[in-house]
Amino acid sequence: MVIEERKMQSLAARLSQDEVRGRSPWADARKRFVRNKAAMAGLIILILVGLFALLGEYVAAWSNDELDFTVMGQVAQMGMPSLQNGHYFGTDDLGRDLFARTVQGTQISLMVGIVGAAIAVVVGTLYGATAGYVGGRTDQFMMRAVDILMSIPYMFVLILLLVMFGRSMSMLFLGIGLISWLDMSRIVRGQTLSLKNREFIEAARAIGVPAWKIVLRHVVPNLLGVVAVYATLLVPLMILTESFISFLGLGVQEPLTSWGALISEGAGTMNYGTLWQLAFPLFFFVITLFGFFFVGDGLRDALDPKDR
Amino acid sequence: MFAYIMRRLAVAIPTLLLLIVFSFVLMHMAPGGPFTQERALPPQVIANLNAKYGLDQPLWRQIASYLWGIVANFDFGPSFVYPDRTVNQLIAAGFPVTLTYGTLSFIAAVVVGVGLGVVAAIWHNGFLDYLAVGISIGAQVLPNFVMAPILVLVFTLWYRMLPGGGWSFEDPSYWIMPVIALGTSYMASIARITRSSMLEVLGSNHIRTARAKGMPEHRVILRHALKPALLPVISYLGPVFVSMITGSVVIDVYFSTGGIGKAFVDSALNRDYAVMMGVTILVGALTILFNLVVDILYAWIDPKIRY
Repeated sequence: MVIEERKMQSLAARLSQDEVRGRSPWADARKRFVRNKAAMAGLIILILVGLFALLGEYVAAWSNDELDFTVMGQVAQMGMPSLQNGHYFGTDDLGRDLFARTVQGTQISLMVGIVGAAIAVVVGTLYGATAGYVGGRTDQFMMRAVDILMSIPYMFVLILLLVMFGRSMSMLFLGIGLISWLDMSRIVRGQTLSLKNREFIEAARAIGVPAWKIVLRHVVPNLLGVVAVYATLLVPLMILTESFISFLGLGVQEPLTSWGALISEGAGTMNYGTLWQLAFPLFFFVITLFGFFFVGDGLRDALDPKDR
Repeated sequence: MFAYIMRRLAVAIPTLLLLIVFSFVLMHMAPGGPFTQERALPPQVIANLNAKYGLDQPLWRQIASYLWGIVANFDFGPSFVYPDRTVNQLIAAGFPVTLTYGTLSFIAAVVVGVGLGVVAAIWHNGFLDYLAVGISIGAQVLPNFVMAPILVLVFTLWYRMLPGGGWSFEDPSYWIMPVIALGTSYMASIARITRSSMLEVLGSNHIRTARAKGMPEHRVILRHALKPALLPVISYLGPVFVSMITGSVVIDVYFSTGGIGKAFVDSALNRDYAVMMGVTILVGALTILFNLVVDILYAWIDPKIRY
């Protein structure tokens, strides 16, 4: 009987605790997210890809710029994936270890995606929130500028920039950053317009908080949900943009590589029976995009359950 | 309606001018000129070349004469790398090809995408819905530069059914792979948008009314549901069109179709600024024009829009 009583007590304690704690919208959202199988699968995929990018170097038997002279010239016969010679993913056309190259490509593609999205988040949020909060003619002017920039065929301008000012990583980041924030600023502005007339903003204004502080401390934190969802969906778009340019040979340059460059190399040599050179980079590219899309959709559904 | 179109044009033209001036200034700022070579040319030769192409004049005059050339004569100037060819000739050689497969791909993406989306929405949560959603999720991660190698691998290398590259206006078998590679991922997006908006419309009051008065189901869908459901799709057509043109760069490079994308990449690798600018401006003008058409179409279909 003693044990029973203790169990009952703990149960009672737990129940009352639950009642007191309440449920915040964030906790609710987390619960819905965890219950969403596709989103969780996407998250696991992303974690695995992230681990691959971070730890792959330590697993690789070869470095990414070493030529394996035993397979050189007969890559189709000798360079296939094998555990014995340490080329887990085979070698590329020059005899470099494809595992190490894929790790490097994954690092760079993920970095471009995340940095591009981060630029978009910072610039787009500040720009959109400012335009929405200030309103009036400033808002008109700022959003008209966004309209104009949006109607420019940005991929062509990006290539123009890369060709004219040298194909470097920093130029790539700058070019991607220049265009990626436009959509973000529109979404954020719309949200800000609806937040602007709420009581807590009015209260802040009434006690004399300066406008920039209201934007940073009161408007932006309330936009986090939208921004988070959009940023998650933006990362794969940035990866796509970078891969597109690298596929054309205009993006990341040797000795660096990225998924786009690796897919392009693999696609160029698949005639000669070296299909693994296309298959491995493509596999990582596709599953990562899946992961980001699923997580992004899951986040949106979790934060906005009525939209399902 | 006329005033609305005029107002949109009033924004479109400055945008285009801005694009031209921006790319011109960019070109001017770039380190190294079109005549920079590994072996330096004698200064007199450089001076003569600069004088021939008008590069010795002040920047504003160069921009003005370039603009005037485009506006008055539709002339984008000579190519800097191929002295015997003008930018117009290079674009004219590639543009019909790009236009052909681009238009076909656009139509295919819209028709198949809308079809899949509508089918998925009508049989919501049924087998066809899951099939359509599965296809569109899978196709979403297959951009043109991924589809192109996969298609060539399957249809050219394995089954030997289709030519792996090249172009012919007479033989449609050359068109199939570019059209599919270019359109797949947009087809997926269109299908997703159509499905969700169709589901929303099918749950709305006016559809219930139409069903309640005994209207046959196919008429409910075709007459009453499809039109409002297509509005989000129409507003997505602008971005799709831009992506089709952008994607043509990959198609031209991968399939050697010889469209304007090929001219663009070649000029990018050769630093042939005149051709790059010509293509960029042309594409920009097409983009602006198409967005205008889409907006007008939208305003025409949606009676709630006041212009």
